Amino acid sequence: MSTTVQQTPASDVPALATTVVTSWKAPIAFAAFTLIALLLAVFAPREGETGFRLSEAKDVIQITTITTPAMPTLWVVIVLLALATAYSVFIVASKRRVPLWLIVVFAVLFMVGFLTWAAAGATIPVVGLLFGSLSLAVPLIFGSLSGVLSERVGVINIAIEGQLLAGAFTAAVVASITGQPIAGLFAAMVAGMLVSFVLAAFSIKYFVDQVIVGVVLNVLVLGLTSFFYSQVLVPNAAQLNTPPRFDRLPIPVLSEIPIIGPVLFRQTLVVYLMYVAVALVYIGLFHTKWGLRLRAVGEHPQAADTVGIKVNRTRFWNVALAGAIAGLGGTFFTIGSGIAFNKEMTAGAGFIALAAVIFGQWDPIKATFAALLFGFASNLQNTLAVIGSPVPSEFMLMLPYVVTIFAVAGLVGKVRGPAAAGKPYIKS
Amino acid sequence: MSDPREPASGGADSREPDADVAIEEPGSVAATSTTTTTTAAARAAAPEVEPPSRWHTMLHQIATGNAIISVLAVILALIVGAIMIAFTDENVQKASVYFFARPGDTVVAVWQSVSGAYTALFQGSVYNFNRDTFAAGIRPLTETLTFATPLIAGGLGVGLAFRVGMFNIGGRGQMLIAASVAGWIGFGFDLPWGLHMLVALIGGLLGGALWAGIAGLLKARTGAHEVIVTIMLNYVAFYLVSWMLRTPGLLQAPGSSNPKTPAMKETAIFPALLGPQYNLHFGFILVVGATVLVWWILSRSSLGFKFRAVGENPNAARVAGINVKSMYVYAMLIAGALLGLAGVSQVLGTVTTGFTAGIDAGIGFDAITVALLGRSTPWGIFVAGILFGAFKAGGFSMQAAEGVPVEIVLVVQSLIVLFIAAPPLVRTIFRLPDPSRAAKRPRPIVTKEVKAK
Repeated sequence: MSTTVQQTPASDVPALATTVVTSWKAPIAFAAFTLIALLLAVFAPREGETGFRLSEAKDVIQITTITTPAMPTLWVVIVLLALATAYSVFIVASKRRVPLWLIVVFAVLFMVGFLTWAAAGATIPVVGLLFGSLSLAVPLIFGSLSGVLSERVGVINIAIEGQLLAGAFTAAVVASITGQPIAGLFAAMVAGMLVSFVLAAFSIKYFVDQVIVGVVLNVLVLGLTSFFYSQVLVPNAAQLNTPPRFDRLPIPVLSEIPIIGPVLFRQTLVVYLMYVAVALVYIGLFHTKWGLRLRAVGEHPQAADTVGIKVNRTRFWNVALAGAIAGLGGTFFTIGSGIAFNKEMTAGAGFIALAAVIFGQWDPIKATFAALLFGFASNLQNTLAVIGSPVPSEFMLMLPYVVTIFAVAGLVGKVRGPAAAGKPYIKS
Repeated sequence: MSDPREPASGGADSREPDADVAIEEPGSVAATSTTTTTTAAARAAAPEVEPPSRWHTMLHQIATGNAIISVLAVILALIVGAIMIAFTDENVQKASVYFFARPGDTVVAVWQSVSGAYTALFQGSVYNFNRDTFAAGIRPLTETLTFATPLIAGGLGVGLAFRVGMFNIGGRGQMLIAASVAGWIGFGFDLPWGLHMLVALIGGLLGGALWAGIAGLLKARTGAHEVIVTIMLNYVAFYLVSWMLRTPGLLQAPGSSNPKTPAMKETAIFPALLGPQYNLHFGFILVVGATVLVWWILSRSSLGFKFRAVGENPNAARVAGINVKSMYVYAMLIAGALLGLAGVSQVLGTVTTGFTAGIDAGIGFDAITVALLGRSTPWGIFVAGILFGAFKAGGFSMQAAEGVPVEIVLVVQSLIVLFIAAPPLVRTIFRLPDPSRAAKRPRPIVTKEVKAK
């Protein structure tokens, strides 16, 4: 699907030949999605009007609900999608890369078209949809930040699931005993860090394969938390497993901005911590001495050692930090939502976070967006289930995963992680 | 250095007359065969040094061998499990309140809780001494083998992918698809005995192979990371099967509103191996066959050689003329078929009364631990699968008899894998000698080469 073309510039310009890689993946994916939209319009037309409710009842600034007739809107969207596809074909044919903005525009257009079709005859609470998406993405974002940090420093972190689960368990127990969600928050960070200590000790000190340790740690934490849940928490549920929840803290002015305010700034402390964590990890990783050393250790430990960086110490403490971040994400499941701990309550979120790490190409910002995508897709299903969707709910639930496969295969393609991730550093 | 037994026989030449006694030492055979490379390296490094006494060498080999590490790892994990059982036991907690007044009570309570749990574990997995006849007493062992059947098949699938350098987390999805196809053929068609089973089996294997093949094909064609694709395919398969299970006319039992299939037809069910009073079924024979097949593929066939070459270093394999991309596809197809076998043995052997979307029973993930414990070698996986099958069978009877949650088994299993993976840790705990220090084996420089792109 990819072809490499040697372009030789005109002879009068003294320049070197450049290699231009063209990829037809994006136009093919675009065409496939346009076709899907077309098939929906032709074979499953839906009558009625679709409303998009853009503000909640308690908002200061009220925006009127936008109402559009479903089928004409879908047809307009299909035409726009076809135009975008044609433009991408033109771009690739003239040996250029499909820009990211085109992919984003295409995705948003497709989503609008799909939503108008799926919710015909009903009203979509846009704010609620986005708010829920962000909430569901919180543990995924913390988990993927943990994965990014850990893998950038050269230790593959499959144990995100275990760190989240340990965080959720400890947060519930400590917050129930003390009655303070803040105490649960710190306990969760310590729990995630403890899981990371095992990962770091086994992979750095004993040179055990990092994937093995990660997978086994997931099972170990699952076994430990489920065992203590059945044996200790269930008989003493009132004292040990009734966690208080974080209150929502609306930020005074920002929370009144239409659409953005209710979605981003009427959240709990955990979500605000998430914003800070994303920013800190991004700045720290790419704009500080700490980040430079961390990345050097993950890319070429021998070179880092040569210039005096303590490779194994750097790895150990950064993996521990990664664990603390993931533990923080685990709090979302219990004290973040005010739900009692239950067996296997993370339900594979750690693996989705791992997918977000790879999908986001080991970049904290991109991984955050990938995690948001997963959160949006899960919440889309919840929303459509409430208003009644023509698609069986299982297919809606499947959608994020199918989209990820398409995206990974079609748009991301071959990704390259940190060079030394997965290899122990043995000083010779 | 090509023949690993060479240094052992070399040592036998120079042995003293009393060495025949030493050969009777239990465990020495296993220890000798696994540490011969160490002694060979030692001999090569210092040929002039006077060899130490036979007894010393023997003890050293036993103490540093892999067999002793495995045994000690199991013991360590069981000790940790015992501590957890004791700490959470109600009687122990009651007795520990007055520990300083009557410490004996606490000790007795700890002993009763731990020994009770582990006796139940043993009686649920190997032999139950409370039964009158041998036929009834040996039933737990057949249960162990029944539980081990899908674990071994799944472990082989994950392990084979590991050997090609791929991480197949998609066992759940592959099992679900295979189980659905095999189940659909199993209850939906009327075919003669034998043929029906065969068709259902092949259908299931193909289903699993194709589902895993998607991941292999995408990796080969587009470079999509197999970890992401297999995880995503797990969810897709789960929801797909859930939808089929609640849609009349597909997998749902007619006249029922539960998301469950009808029972399998008699002609499609795997025959019981040891008679109707045992659950052990023909699937176990298939799994033994699969183990032999995977062993043959990996160590005797040219395809297996290519697999291992790609797994060791895909760039070198490509330079050597191996088509790396098609190796990824073939490996995933075979791995998917093996996990498919696990799914088929579930629906046609273990749960024949109709299945739900939980038919995989977490085996797809357990298979990863089995493959890790078995070090991705076919017979290692076979043994690891039987060990985990024993834990599974015993864990349920332990929960029923002693009220110890079955999850303790997960803890013990994962600790075993952790400890076996880190021999230096086990040596430190038990203060065993370090073979690398005695042999002065050079450590491999793993970070020396950076993947060229």
